[in-house]
Amino acid sequence: MSIDLSQFHQVFFEESFEGLDIMESGLLELSPDAVNSDDINTIFRAAHSIKGGAGTFGFQLVSDFTHVVETLLDQYRAGSRPVTQSGVDLILESVDVLRALLQDLQAGSSPDTSASDALKKQFEIFLSAETEPEPSSYSEEQSSSQRVTPTQLESNPDSAGSDSGHWAIVFKPSADIVQTGNEPFRIIRELSELGTVSVQVQTDRLPEFTTLDPEQIFLYWHIQLYASCTKEVVLEVFEWVIDDSKVDIEWVTDQELVTVVDNQQTESTQESVMPATEAIGIDTVPDETTENQPGESQKSMDSKPVRAAAVETQSIRVSIDKIDSLINMVGELVITQSMLGQIGHDFSVDKLQRLQEGLMQLEQNTREMQESVMRIRMVPISFTFSRFPRLVRDIAKKLGKKINLQLLGENTELDKTVMEKIGDPLVHMVRNSMDHGIESPEQRLAHGKPAEGQLTLNAYHQGGYIVIEISDDGKGIDPQVIRKKAIQNGLIAEDEQLSDQQLQELIFHPGLSTAEAVSDLSGRGVGMDVVKRNIQELKGTVELVSKVGEGSLFRIKLPLTLSILDGQLLRLGDETFVLPLTSIIESIEVRREQVSTVAGETDVIVLRDEYVPVVRLYEVFNIEPVNKSLFDGIVVVVESANQKIGLHVDDLLAQQQVVIKSLDTNYKRIEGLSGATILGDGTVALIVDIAGLLNIVGDKIDQTSVAMKTAS
Amino acid sequence: MSKILAADDSASMRQMVTFTLKGAGFDVTEAVDGVDALSKAKSGAFDLVLSDVNMPNMDGIELVKNLRALPNYKFTPILMLTTESGTDRKMAGKEAGATGWIVKPFNPEQLLSTIKRVLD
Repeated sequence: MSIDLSQFHQVFFEESFEGLDIMESGLLELSPDAVNSDDINTIFRAAHSIKGGAGTFGFQLVSDFTHVVETLLDQYRAGSRPVTQSGVDLILESVDVLRALLQDLQAGSSPDTSASDALKKQFEIFLSAETEPEPSSYSEEQSSSQRVTPTQLESNPDSAGSDSGHWAIVFKPSADIVQTGNEPFRIIRELSELGTVSVQVQTDRLPEFTTLDPEQIFLYWHIQLYASCTKEVVLEVFEWVIDDSKVDIEWVTDQELVTVVDNQQTESTQESVMPATEAIGIDTVPDETTENQPGESQKSMDSKPVRAAAVETQSIRVSIDKIDSLINMVGELVITQSMLGQIGHDFSVDKLQRLQEGLMQLEQNTREMQESVMRIRMVPISFTFSRFPRLVRDIAKKLGKKINLQLLGENTELDKTVMEKIGDPLVHMVRNSMDHGIESPEQRLAHGKPAEGQLTLNAYHQGGYIVIEISDDGKGIDPQVIRKKAIQNGLIAEDEQLSDQQLQELIFHPGLSTAEAVSDLSGRGVGMDVVKRNIQELKGTVELVSKVGEGSLFRIKLPLTLSILDGQLLRLGDETFVLPLTSIIESIEVRREQVSTVAGETDVIVLRDEYVPVVRLYEVFNIEPVNKSLFDGIVVVVESANQKIGLHVDDLLAQQQVVIKSLDTNYKRIEGLSGATILGDGTVALIVDIAGLLNIVGDKIDQTSVAMKTAS
Repeated sequence: MSKILAADDSASMRQMVTFTLKGAGFDVTEAVDGVDALSKAKSGAFDLVLSDVNMPNMDGIELVKNLRALPNYKFTPILMLTTESGTDRKMAGKEAGATGWIVKPFNPEQLLSTIKRVLD
């Protein structure tokens, strides 16, 4: 039989990444002064599982590398080597290396082994230096596996064939052998599979019937095995019982006795049997030559997983609770369906009330089910937060700052896709806070603050949104410094009047670097504007509260999911469109005196001293509208990337949640549209992408604003 | 159909073991650690127990000790799945009453042939 092991790879990768996370957080909490054996055990277990799985599923490279890590951890666990910071750092580095190796393997690409090879050497040096470790099971394992060579297997009493001799075996099991689940009969039967067996039962150990314990074995056996096999093969049959049984194996020829093996010798030869089995265990490729040469099979192993892992599918781990609640709801749905079915079977007007009740129940079931299905995609933000303790520790070390990280609301859930995309912006903001926000210990003390800076990541739900706050007690953002920089970079005019808040928010403007010395960590002015754009792509917002000398707080607000949108439905000719509710500022009926036309084409409306260009949506999408005049219909003012535009439409309809269907996958990508949805009556409504729309009409608007500036 | 209880804290190992054994016609129950395995063993009757050594909450060695103390599992074959081929861990397993062991990494074929050694 042949089982394709690649089907288990995905689960292996996921649990390995989880294991690495466990190792990482465990290592970060480990302090060499007060070592908790439970913590070491947890870290060890995670490494151990990765090694075992990697070996089983054919990732020899990972398994070999983890082996050295595990060896060090085992010494820590056994207490044979004191835990040192340099050792912990080395293991932390190995976590990164392992993660990279596994990511490469998961992606199906050939892993870069330079880092792992180098680190492995470091481990070997580290392990050979300082305390000489007690002979542990691991070193034994290694050395014995080196001992196994085909020559050695052949060097044993040669398999001359049954006619020239036989194995003479004396098998005296311990009395309580059956209490370990081992049966002498099974062992003898197994021997008989190797060749012809002749057995004599010995009864001289049998006690008096009255003192006989039926759960003990008093019999023993003399066995002659006529088989052309090596001693190792015979020993393998006794592998599990040899330690507490007396097993003598002799090769007997007609002329002479070739070998006498006593229990002590079997101990040592048994050692070489087991790694031999391991070497065979590596050969999981069906078409591979199964020669018993560990070196060779390992070489071919290194290239093998690359082929197997190429088919990668994304998956998500869902707690049983969520699935149970879904199953519950399906159950209720079935009940509602059968109830409605019954009403429909022989319907009469007097059942109208029950029909309405049933439909209401159906509506509720559907809504609950929708929420419940959405919850499946939701994962706790701790998956993202968990990378920060390490990051903060490393960066603080590099910057020579003292920083205490506090994580709050780690169990707050959000959509998996949103979470994956918010990770990098968060990292950037945290780096920014550490680099530019929190001061050096000396500066802090000089300002009467504790030497250790405080960095807090907090997540919580608010309405249909998740809010993530990054706050520090650093020096804050000085509006005057920003002002100087902005004038220098030509972002604002020298006499431009801006509030402190407006000035501070300029850090989200492309091309503004506030740090006086650009560090290699963050801040070449390519940072915060990219962060803001990423957040906007997720239909989210970011705001800033900062006080000079007291610190800064960044508040990111993201929709819980990207697959549902709070939409404003609107009519344009015969078509219905959807605008994201979050992008709408207001909707107005335009009066004649509000409108002026600039640069020939574009209309501009004046809205509270602000000029807002108006785009006729029917022109963009080439639709025959009901109203062509701006004064009929409605102008919806929307905003994207700090740019306001008015959209002229025929009418506003209801506001409702819509499920976004991708145009890319169902049709093709269209500029200005982010997707489509299916409305209650079955018609398709297109969802307007404001940022994309701005791209289409951008040139026109730019001309307009230039014209506006020259006009004023 | 023989019933097998398989305990391992690694999901991928459990999947592999279950897939292999079910494919060979065994009835498999999974357990995520020693505590889980012990409670499942108590509420069901198994012909064979397969257990990882390193598990959280209750490790494989403790599990074997606890199982052997139950009248129903006094003679039941219990195999340890272990990466530790060193003698000391094996002896600990044996002392606790394990029948034998399968050394990781192993492939499905080896797992089956070992299990068939114990179950007819």
